Amino acid sequence: MIEVRNITKTYSNGDISTQALEGVSFVIKDGEYVAIMGPSGSGKSTLMHILGCLDTPTSGQYLLDGKNVSSFSEVELADIRKEKIGFVFQAFNLLPRATVVRNVALPLMYAGVPKEERMERARGAILAAGLDEAHLYYRSNQLSGGQMQRVAIARALVNNPTIVLADEPTGNLDTQTGEIVLGTFKKLNDEGRTIVLITHEPDVAIHAKRIIHIKDGKILSDTPAKDYENH
Amino acid sequence: MKTTDLIEETYWALTANKARTFLTMLGIVIGIASVIAMIAIGQGTQAQIQASIQSAGANLLFVVPGTQRGVGIQVSGGRGSAQTLTEADANAIASQVPLVQAVAPSLNLRFQVTAPGTNTNVQVVGTTPDYAGVRNVQMAEGSFISSANLRSFERVAVIGPTVESDLFATGTDPVGKSIKINEVPFRIIGITVSQGGSGFNSADDMIYVPLTTAQQYLAGDTYISQISVEAADSQSMDAVQQGITNLLLERHKISNPALADFSVYNQAQIVATASTVTSTFTMLLASIAGISLLVGGISIMNMMLTTVTERTREIGLRKAIGAQRKDIIYQFLMESVAITFSGGLVGIVLGWALASLLSLLAGITTQISVFSIVLAFGVSAVIGILFGYYPARRASQLNPIEALRYE
Repeated sequence: MIEVRNITKTYSNGDISTQALEGVSFVIKDGEYVAIMGPSGSGKSTLMHILGCLDTPTSGQYLLDGKNVSSFSEVELADIRKEKIGFVFQAFNLLPRATVVRNVALPLMYAGVPKEERMERARGAILAAGLDEAHLYYRSNQLSGGQMQRVAIARALVNNPTIVLADEPTGNLDTQTGEIVLGTFKKLNDEGRTIVLITHEPDVAIHAKRIIHIKDGKILSDTPAKDYENH
Repeated sequence: MKTTDLIEETYWALTANKARTFLTMLGIVIGIASVIAMIAIGQGTQAQIQASIQSAGANLLFVVPGTQRGVGIQVSGGRGSAQTLTEADANAIASQVPLVQAVAPSLNLRFQVTAPGTNTNVQVVGTTPDYAGVRNVQMAEGSFISSANLRSFERVAVIGPTVESDLFATGTDPVGKSIKINEVPFRIIGITVSQGGSGFNSADDMIYVPLTTAQQYLAGDTYISQISVEAADSQSMDAVQQGITNLLLERHKISNPALADFSVYNQAQIVATASTVTSTFTMLLASIAGISLLVGGISIMNMMLTTVTERTREIGLRKAIGAQRKDIIYQFLMESVAITFSGGLVGIVLGWALASLLSLLAGITTQISVFSIVLAFGVSAVIGILFGYYPARRASQLNPIEALRYE
């Protein structure tokens, strides 16, 4: 479970300070599928970095599974990321020459999981992400964009994270492939995974069950997706 | 992150760009190989020089004439130019100085030597039968100068193998044949075994004749130019040296040792001097090779810095999925150490092959020591850590958010 309480984030660059988040609060329960939507510069990327434990808020609290991670050190944050967060990036960020299975097993290596178990769990995650057995030993640069993103999704799933954070996952894909990837998220959510989708496109956001719309560092609206279409 | 994982990651990273890895490694290979080869040449030369000094005999001391001095005034000729040593001095040393095993006076001259159709310029040593024992001269054929030869002023000669090959065609047996030394005919009675060594004072390029004969037919005088003394054992060298000095000062009626008209050298001192020279020579060679190793190290740092820049997003990703700073440091450090380590291994093999080739083709004596291998290995590992640390630290300090955005 994610609980964000009155989070602010201020970046200061010399004399100029920019406030990216101005008091954001919400709760995401286990099993939810939430889209955080907003135009560029709205603070959604900053929010994603904080939710993903890549960064800490200037003030406010962020409780991840009841732990207040807002004041964690760099080392502690890396441990939290290893255990509780799965990332899916717009640019996939796969190791290009490595096989699919090695890419997917990578987070488990840092978690100290023994090799046999790593391979077994990677295989499970790859199948769960909608790829088949035949793809296991492909090199990631031999795959299509949609396949690459599903490898990235498998990598995000492999450590059984509390949340899967997807940052513009369809941004580098055509509409049709994007639909397939979004379908994968839908399927995973149906299986009980918590998914947070960060996007600037309403068309993508409506695939989620709940939409948090942010603008200028504040929450504009927080509604179920089916209501959002009425806006 | 486990060590086996680290090794596996390193393997993947280095094989991803084989050409670059190979070229970077080449720098270390050349550096290590030249260090190994140069030290091998240096130490080989050192060993060869020591062996050739030792081959002249064990526990050896030499007495040579000193500076020639005028009466009352300090006009000096070259060292060894004085004709102050006599056979009587040699006999006195043999009979009066304790711990002396054997004494061999010699008269060293340089002459043109001819055989029918050929000639050569060699050192002619007039000496006594004891010389063979003192200076470790062994006979390949025939016999050395005998007391009978000495007593009866016989014109007989024992030649070294180099002289043999210079004057006689291969296959002919020179023993019994006649040669002319400074136009005086001598009969060859023996050929010595090669002692190795080369150059000016090689024992292989010498002719031995009876001392009496040399004095009468070649020098026309009774002085001698060197006394070789064999001490009883290596511990008594200093005592014998002091004994000879005291005896000769007394015999030559010189009260101030600083004005001695002779010098006494012992073999240990000569070996020590030669070692100093060859060590310096080895150091010089090794440092020149060391520069290429340094250049190799810099090329590793250069490659690693390029790699870190190229793999910025990979580093960002690794951090995002939970890699700690130390994981990233170890990963990049391991890559540079792996390059230097494997480069070091190849370099050792190549250096060894190079040294063997040099001694095979160019006749240079080389000696591969465990020390130089350990040194090369140690140095290459240190280079890997030293030149890999900065890029690795830079990689580990990347901010994951910025690294993931890096284009």
